[in-house]
Amino acid sequence: MSIAASSALSRKDFVSDQDVRWCPGCGDYAILAQVQKVMAELGIARENAVFVSGIGCSSRFPYYMNTYGFHSIHGRAPALASGIKVARPELSVWIITGDGDALSIGGNHFVHILRRNLDVNILLFNNEIYGLTKGQYSPTSKRGHKTKTSPMGSLDSPFSPAALALGAGATFIARTVDVETQHLQSMLHRAAAHKGTSFVEILQNCVVFNDGAFADVSDRGTKAERQLLLEQGKPMLFGRDSEWGIRLRADATPEVVAVKDVKPSEIAVHDETNPFMAHLMSHMEGSQFPVPMGVLRAVEGEGYPVYEEGVHRQIHEARESKGPGDFDALYRSGDTWQVE
Amino acid sequence: MGEAFPLASNKPVEVLEKVVIRFAGDSGDGMQLTGTQFSNESALAGNDIATLPDYPAEIRAPAGTLAGVSGFQLNFSSTSLLTPGERPDVLVVMNPAALKVNLPHLREGGTLIMDADAFTKGNLRKAGYAQHPSESGELDGYTVFDLAMTKMTARALADMDLPKKSVVRCKNFFALGLCSWMFSRPTEQTLAWIASKFAKSPQLVEANTRVFKAGWNYGETTDAFANCYTVEKAKIEPGLYSSITGNKALAWGLATGAAKAGRQLFLGSYPITPATEILQDLAAMKEFGVITVQAEDEIAGVGSALGASFAGAIGVTTSSGPGVALKAETIGLAVMVELPLVVVNVQRGGPSTGLPTKTEQADLLQALYGRNGESPVAIIAPRTPADCFDAAIEAVRVATKYMTPVILLSDGYLANGAQPWKLPKFSELPDIEAKPWKQQVAFQPYLRDEDTLARPWVSPGTPNLTHRVGGIEKDYNSGDISYDPLNHERMVHVRASKIEGISADFAPCEIEGLQSAEVLVVGWGSTYGAISEAVRALNSQGYSFAHVHPRWLNPLPRDLGEILRRFDKVIVPEMNMGQLVRVVRDQYLVDAIPLTKIQGQPFGVSELCDRLRGIVEENK
Ligand code: SF4
Repeated sequence: MSIAASSALSRKDFVSDQDVRWCPGCGDYAILAQVQKVMAELGIARENAVFVSGIGCSSRFPYYMNTYGFHSIHGRAPALASGIKVARPELSVWIITGDGDALSIGGNHFVHILRRNLDVNILLFNNEIYGLTKGQYSPTSKRGHKTKTSPMGSLDSPFSPAALALGAGATFIARTVDVETQHLQSMLHRAAAHKGTSFVEILQNCVVFNDGAFADVSDRGTKAERQLLLEQGKPMLFGRDSEWGIRLRADATPEVVAVKDVKPSEIAVHDETNPFMAHLMSHMEGSQFPVPMGVLRAVEGEGYPVYEEGVHRQIHEARESKGPGDFDALYRSGDTWQVE
Repeated sequence: MGEAFPLASNKPVEVLEKVVIRFAGDSGDGMQLTGTQFSNESALAGNDIATLPDYPAEIRAPAGTLAGVSGFQLNFSSTSLLTPGERPDVLVVMNPAALKVNLPHLREGGTLIMDADAFTKGNLRKAGYAQHPSESGELDGYTVFDLAMTKMTARALADMDLPKKSVVRCKNFFALGLCSWMFSRPTEQTLAWIASKFAKSPQLVEANTRVFKAGWNYGETTDAFANCYTVEKAKIEPGLYSSITGNKALAWGLATGAAKAGRQLFLGSYPITPATEILQDLAAMKEFGVITVQAEDEIAGVGSALGASFAGAIGVTTSSGPGVALKAETIGLAVMVELPLVVVNVQRGGPSTGLPTKTEQADLLQALYGRNGESPVAIIAPRTPADCFDAAIEAVRVATKYMTPVILLSDGYLANGAQPWKLPKFSELPDIEAKPWKQQVAFQPYLRDEDTLARPWVSPGTPNLTHRVGGIEKDYNSGDISYDPLNHERMVHVRASKIEGISADFAPCEIEGLQSAEVLVVGWGSTYGAISEAVRALNSQGYSFAHVHPRWLNPLPRDLGEILRRFDKVIVPEMNMGQLVRVVRDQYLVDAIPLTKIQGQPFGVSELCDRLRGIVEENK
């Protein structure tokens, strides 16, 4: 379908003619660049990709992609994207959303698209703040966070986006951070390859209203201690020299242990297909634990049907069993009578 | 079932011009089924028919109570008919509550058929009767047939060893059989229908057939009835007919419209009374390639429909007032991105949850103005159940031709009411053409067609024409985001002009009644039948009325203003507090007079006659 041979695509092919209008230094720039790069690497023809967004800083994203795009209304991108994907399953559909857009005003659509498991990709830019409206607490802001609408500190308890997605039945959950370009790219590749709804939480720095929210995770000096890089089948190790590990206690709670103090077999091994592991990883929060990064969960195939495939299979089956629809027969399907 | 049935009646037959009959009973008594089947018989008898079901809002109201009464009214006639009639000539009641609710409607001297066995002390008390109504004198002046229907049903099934509950549930077939006899209805089709409807249980086929025949035979053989009646064939345009409800006609019209446009129909919807059947009917049409998504909420319903339109399908969402309120923001987005979208509002009594199962026309102003910003959409209102089919196709046509949302305003009365429908031939219905993008000039997503002002409909997958749409104001020429003040004003005007321009497609308004009348009655939507019949009746009494019934409410027809000014008086009957009348007064500076009814019930013809007459007298 593509006019350009897939190998001939480069990042530039996905750059639109619009001026990018995020604040200088915003984490969104890095994400945009990686997405454009990965789209080229994936060899998806520009005309077969659709970027759909809601409202918020991140939701400007589609304007900057030289693909088809729909900048919709607050929280509704998953609804719009569902219509696009169900009507045209062959399209590569990407939903760009933020913590307010997806988890607050659009919470309902977010959980339902995950439950249905459409084969789309959701990139949630989590900056723990409302940026576009200039700094109010969001559903991922930490309790006590002082913002313009919470001068004495937010009283809301934050969502863990990953835990919410897991609860909604997500078949693919990943977490990455704006500044880790390599890791971000690999998560985008994994998301694109996944059959079903891919949910990628991207920790994104809002330099203006919540600068440094993820500093410990992203700063060179601290990230080795603060990131737990998950890899399928690999032991959960972290620290500059992988000197720390995660061990599961007898009561199934995780603890941080010094590798030198334990047998290698005691270190937990990551398994993306294990729902209990995904549960642990999505709930591993707080300063005593590192932040799990990477693919928390990935399951597909049997037992994880893709919604739009079911829709079109049923149409196919109905045509097989009843023949293609005949409108005249339909009109006559009730009791009829002839008036002479 | 061996011998041929029915045997034609040997009793004298009296010919009537038309009859209004109402079946009423407890929700569990099968009155909708009985009424529908009796309607089918009447259609087969060649009568013109119009029906109106009336059922309780609660699915399982306590048995025997007033809240649990379910009714079905049918008007059948040898002359042309537009309404299900006002006051029944015949009332069939299966319990005291049904009598209590419906007796006030029965016309004076009307016929009352009741199941004597259901008038137990307990049931009388539940219905609020202190004593049996036949003892209180309430039934004086009616022809009453107080029949032991339950006992006779049980007797007909005595040797069948059915549980008592099943026996009682057959008694509606006794009523159906008796009425079929009483009005000389053809019965072969009913017997065939019983056989197929209960095919899973041969025992029930046998039981219902027996009880149906017992009812018929009771009329024929006992002395209770001296004669029976018939209503002769109506003069109806020749053709093949079927009885169709507004909701079914809408579903089929939407699918037909999409097929005629060569596009896939995509319905994103959420169940809501009284629109749900449209979703159900379309969900059962998968072999036509129809996609239905039962969304997580009303917003996702319309959102997915709009997404599907962007992807090249005919996006449709169906709902009722409260749901349409939730969809408002997305309809506004559709106005902004200029994509085809059909929004069906099957109106019910409001505000809020209001009267979910009752009819009203109070969402016209919501359709016109219920969004933020200057947000014009096209609005079409079908006038009869069968017209829902044509209106749905028309909505699809305008949505694609003008790249706009179209709101289709049906209502509970049209949705559930049924009417004979002359079956169209699919091949004879006109195609719907969406103008393809012709690459003569450089592509811009908001480049407008000179005639229609519509932008091109280019869907993802089309090489070299990638573009972005969105809810932010865009530049008139490039379609890029623009906050320029004058550009915004220009865009607001061009979106409005586009909708105004749709009226270029309309045929001149048809004026019914007396062209030179003094009074013009202006209606819209489902009041068509009642207004037409009232105007006909008044004119036959020497009054002078004309009637115009615009199908499109936005834009209004171009000749409407001139027509309005031709008459001394303009009266606008509506099932609301006066909504079209405001629009008429606003747009044409005509001193139109409202005539309103907000009772969850349609206008009756004689009621309308009285009130129209009253207004004319008052304003002399
Ligand atoms: S407000 Fe924050 S999130 Fe928004 S563009 Fe500026 S830096 Fe980025």
